Amino acid sequence: MRKTKPETLTDMKPRHKRFVFIIAAVAGLAVAVGLVLNALESNVSLYFTPTQVFNNEAPHGRSFRIGGLVEEGSVKRDADGLTVNFVITDRHKSIQVIYKGILPDLFTEGKGVVAQGRVEADGLMRADEVLAKHDENYMAPEAADALKKAEAANAAAAAAAAPASAPAAPSSAK
Amino acid sequence: MAINWFKYSAPTTFYGLAGKLIPWFAISSALLFAVGLYIGFVVAPVDYQQGEFYRIIFIHVPASILSMFLYLVMAGYAALGLIFNTRLSSMMATAIAPTGALFAFISLWTGALWGKPMWGAWWVWDARLTSELILLFLYLGFIALHASIDDPRRADRASALLAIVGSVNVPIIYFSVKWWNTLHQGSTIKFSGTSMHVAMQQAMFTVLVACWLYAIAVVLARVRSIILERERNTTWINELPEVRS
Amino acid sequence: MNGLDIWMREHTLAYVWLGSYAVAFLIFAVEIAMVRHKRKITLQQVRMMRDAEDEAGDAN
Repeated sequence: MRKTKPETLTDMKPRHKRFVFIIAAVAGLAVAVGLVLNALESNVSLYFTPTQVFNNEAPHGRSFRIGGLVEEGSVKRDADGLTVNFVITDRHKSIQVIYKGILPDLFTEGKGVVAQGRVEADGLMRADEVLAKHDENYMAPEAADALKKAEAANAAAAAAAAPASAPAAPSSAK
Repeated sequence: MAINWFKYSAPTTFYGLAGKLIPWFAISSALLFAVGLYIGFVVAPVDYQQGEFYRIIFIHVPASILSMFLYLVMAGYAALGLIFNTRLSSMMATAIAPTGALFAFISLWTGALWGKPMWGAWWVWDARLTSELILLFLYLGFIALHASIDDPRRADRASALLAIVGSVNVPIIYFSVKWWNTLHQGSTIKFSGTSMHVAMQQAMFTVLVACWLYAIAVVLARVRSIILERERNTTWINELPEVRS
Repeated sequence: MNGLDIWMREHTLAYVWLGSYAVAFLIFAVEIAMVRHKRKITLQQVRMMRDAEDEAGDAN
């Protein structure tokens, strides 16, 4: 009697056996790695958001990182020219940060930032390190200007709302 | 005309074919590097946020993509060698590893030089950077494991397992910026398209193709030496003109 | 801010070229040299082995 199909692992050709073995090993490993990374979630992530900090998900009594955006209009420099006060926000919660040192070039209001330090009982973070997090968009300065103007025009149009006497919209293409 | 593809999977024919192809890959790679860098440094404008610093992207992104793809190609060849016992596949995997490791190193190095002025740090232990570092170690582990076993067929099998198991790391690198909070920004080139300036895109893709062609040329040159080494007892090797002379 | 930080901002293109592109091309050059060297060495070995076999064959 000849079998047309391998029915059990022992009936299979060595090459098929190896193939099944490899697939199973990779699948098993992928699941294991996935579970480990999932369990380590908070350790794999580089920073906590202000919301997580308010939900007590961030560590207490030791240094950690907070990431978010620098709130518009929140950056204040002290008279010594080195100490900076700013607010990190994720648009739900925000945390005030005090940092003494040199800021990276891309540190700007409204842009991404990651600060490392301790949060004291008063809810302020005293940071020892501030890193800038930039976005994945690359464009020419003129294009960025045009985009900003278009946004402003849209906002103005929205503010002016429905009235038919809408002013001639400034052409966004410049 | 029907081409017998299996003919080229035998070291005998592959050796000659690779020898003929290498110069073409090498020359077109050099040309595309020149074109890509011209577009990247002369045609492409400065970035609105990062000024001139962003120009590191034209080598950083292609090197990173190559380091990840070459790993998958290497693992694929290693798996073929393990399953079908084909000699050439295992030789290809061995030939790819050093080039992949170098691209992983270039990716980490250029990334550090980019991170310092823009982020404010050469290195952070975020998920993207750490997983790329693990990729470099996987390449080095593959090379070391293969070199440490004297019998080439056994070395092929042991290192193939390492390569296959390590391929789990590649999707982790790619999706790390999505799955976790990282300092590294998200992907500029997404499956849905890109917001990048056209000249910047052209420069990046041209250098990417140049890197591919370079990698193919170097890997083919390396695999020819490996074929010579491993098949040195066969008559066809001893009849090669470069061996007879 | 130390000297390197200031230098890279004043000479950004030099920093980008020397730091990233020159290093990358240097790595490529070293790799090409190593591949060519390996080819030379391997060919020598294969020739030596063949010659040794030929001599052994002649002796018989």
